Amino acid sequence: MAITRRKFLSWMGAAGVGVTVGKSAQAASNKHFTGYPDGMGVLHDIARCVGCRSCEAACNTVNQLPPPETSFKDLAVLDRKRRTTPAEYTVVNRFDAAGEGSKPIYSKNQCNHCLEPACASACFVKAFSKSEEGAVVYDASVCVGCRYCMIACPFEIPTYEYDKALTPRVMKCTLCHPRVQEGKLPGCVESCPTEALTFGKREDLLKIARERIRRNPDLYIDHIYGEHEMGGTSWLYISNVPFRDIGMREDLGVTPAPALTSGALGSVPIVVGLWPVLLTGIYAISQRKDKVAEEEQALAVEAARTATQDEAAAELKKTLEMKEKEKETAVNMAVKKALEEAAKAQEEAAQAREEAAPEAAPEVQDDKDAKQTEEDS
Amino acid sequence: MSDTRTPTGGTLLTPFNIVAGLILLIGAVITVLRFTGGLAAVSNLSDYNPWGLWIGFDLLVGVALAAGGFVTSAACYIFGLKRYHSAVRPAILTAFLGYALVVFALHYDVGRPWRLPYPFIVQPGTTSLLFEVGACVALYLTVLFIEYTPAALEWLGLKRARSIVVKLTLLLTIFGVVLSTLHQSSLGALFLIAPSKLHPLWYSAYLPVYFFISAIIAGLSMVIFESSMAHKYFHDKMDDTHLAEADGVALGFGKAASFVLFGYFIIKVVGLAVDNNWHYLVSGWGAWYLVEIIGFVLLPCYLYAVGARDKNVKLIRRTSGLAVLGIVLNRFNISLIAFNYHLPSSERYFPHWMEIGISVFVVTVGVLVYRFIVTHMPILYEHPDYKEEH
Repeated sequence: MAITRRKFLSWMGAAGVGVTVGKSAQAASNKHFTGYPDGMGVLHDIARCVGCRSCEAACNTVNQLPPPETSFKDLAVLDRKRRTTPAEYTVVNRFDAAGEGSKPIYSKNQCNHCLEPACASACFVKAFSKSEEGAVVYDASVCVGCRYCMIACPFEIPTYEYDKALTPRVMKCTLCHPRVQEGKLPGCVESCPTEALTFGKREDLLKIARERIRRNPDLYIDHIYGEHEMGGTSWLYISNVPFRDIGMREDLGVTPAPALTSGALGSVPIVVGLWPVLLTGIYAISQRKDKVAEEEQALAVEAARTATQDEAAAELKKTLEMKEKEKETAVNMAVKKALEEAAKAQEEAAQAREEAAPEAAPEVQDDKDAKQTEEDS
Repeated sequence: MSDTRTPTGGTLLTPFNIVAGLILLIGAVITVLRFTGGLAAVSNLSDYNPWGLWIGFDLLVGVALAAGGFVTSAACYIFGLKRYHSAVRPAILTAFLGYALVVFALHYDVGRPWRLPYPFIVQPGTTSLLFEVGACVALYLTVLFIEYTPAALEWLGLKRARSIVVKLTLLLTIFGVVLSTLHQSSLGALFLIAPSKLHPLWYSAYLPVYFFISAIIAGLSMVIFESSMAHKYFHDKMDDTHLAEADGVALGFGKAASFVLFGYFIIKVVGLAVDNNWHYLVSGWGAWYLVEIIGFVLLPCYLYAVGARDKNVKLIRRTSGLAVLGIVLNRFNISLIAFNYHLPSSERYFPHWMEIGISVFVVTVGVLVYRFIVTHMPILYEHPDYKEEH
């Protein structure tokens, strides 16, 4: 069943968009994961650790890591603070206690095997998985080497083989997963001479830790580190000094890593669902706006054209009328002029006759002419 | 199409070409070192600092500055601001080259680059924001490639193929906005998983929103910035439409950037208030935070506004440089400077010169490819055969 589902999801992943559904469904769920019921873990009693580095030596052997620069018996390395490296899945550090003459504190550091691991949540190729036995297991055969797991890990545990050109791997404690499956103890736990390390079911370890604190309230700080930190870890710690004094962060909170990113992942379907609809709508609106603007422009142009035409027609009419009037006036003028000229000619003719003819009844003739001219006009 | 192979003159031995050639040569040497000696041989990356300059600059800054593609095409094709049409092609080209170079640069950073398709073909880690980033960047690179192809197809004279692609414009634009929203924001969301490592002034539940909004600022500013560079060096390649619209693009985008910068400032303040981080402001980190917010958010916001009001294209172009620097600073702060703030200085990261060398190499490759394309294909001008469309 699980395999079928995984296959299905991986096909969805290949399809790209469809994957958002599966992702958000997980991310947005209210389910609270409290670890696999029979998950194993280790209780590290810091008060019991003597800093002998036996665990480091055993870890090196069982994991077939490269030999150390100096022997594991050399305690001088404890003079400086160390972190995990590709060749050291676990390191012991010495912390000088505050009080004068008090004994130094030793603390072992390795992968805490979170119940809900940040590295597994961050890995985009699922190279990390939380096994039911408790270990957070890394699969180098799919690892791309993006190192986001190292960014994500709040305990700064995963390391990287930066010096390998072609086959670099992320290196970290495996909680001796192969040995545990064979029924053996993790290398470090087996080698510890002071029983500072106890392997068992996480549930049982919590009870043991509480019992130790209850029995020695003056010795132990009343806190089990790892019970709730980052949603809980398979490694648990009890200590006789405050954890912050031995390099363990107390400000990590109790929120498991996947919850930190579930909100952002949950927004994916919103964006995928909302944007196309919204943007198509905006596109439609802007198209519509353009169209309306175009139509309005066309209307305006039409109106302007009609107005211009009317105006032109009116102008033409006016001009024509004027022309008509002008023509009439011109005709009248011409007629008037012609008549005047005619009158003048007659006058001149009469005058000539007057001069030539005798004085017999000239006035009568003149009056007759004048009357005729008046009638004509 | 009648242009010469070297736009600056007849000879290949221009100062620019010589410097570019040297950078390519050094890049080639570092590439060999990287793939024979591993990351340790060329970088200062460590177990405490797994991400360095190649993520901070090449990925985060690269993707942000390539946002001009989706911003411009959305403005033109979705919001119908057709007067920005001449800015679309250069913006799409820059975005396509930007994303292509991001993916190219990633091949240096990841341990086994040939496995980059594994999340999609072997087993997807869908709980990872990096998966979202990877999927969206891969898809968006494809979208940008298709959006860019009309220029290449016009150059090659393939009219049928071109007309098919042009018909897809709206679909591609919407797809581009969706994918950009997702991956621009999830680049910010990458850091949500590490509240214990990123300084509280920069860590916020709003990181995805900050990254998305500031990507819009980066996109707008980068279009202006790139256009001013192109005007300087490829003026002869621009047609009348491009030249006539260029000032309008600068003024319009500058004004838009001013508004977005102000909105960005407001949500930054809201973020401070929500987490009640005011008290951090009176510390060294607070001073540095204020440098970013006042010097690289409020100042460009103001200068853009003044430039838009006075129609001062020169001021807007200069401001775009400042705004781009602000985006670089912001991405550096989140991925490098304020990240791992809790570690002692001996365990902090500073890039190896060869890391810087590869980043310079990648940018140079981008500039050279850009130069080749704008001198050969119709990017800054319209192909005469297709002038009547749109």
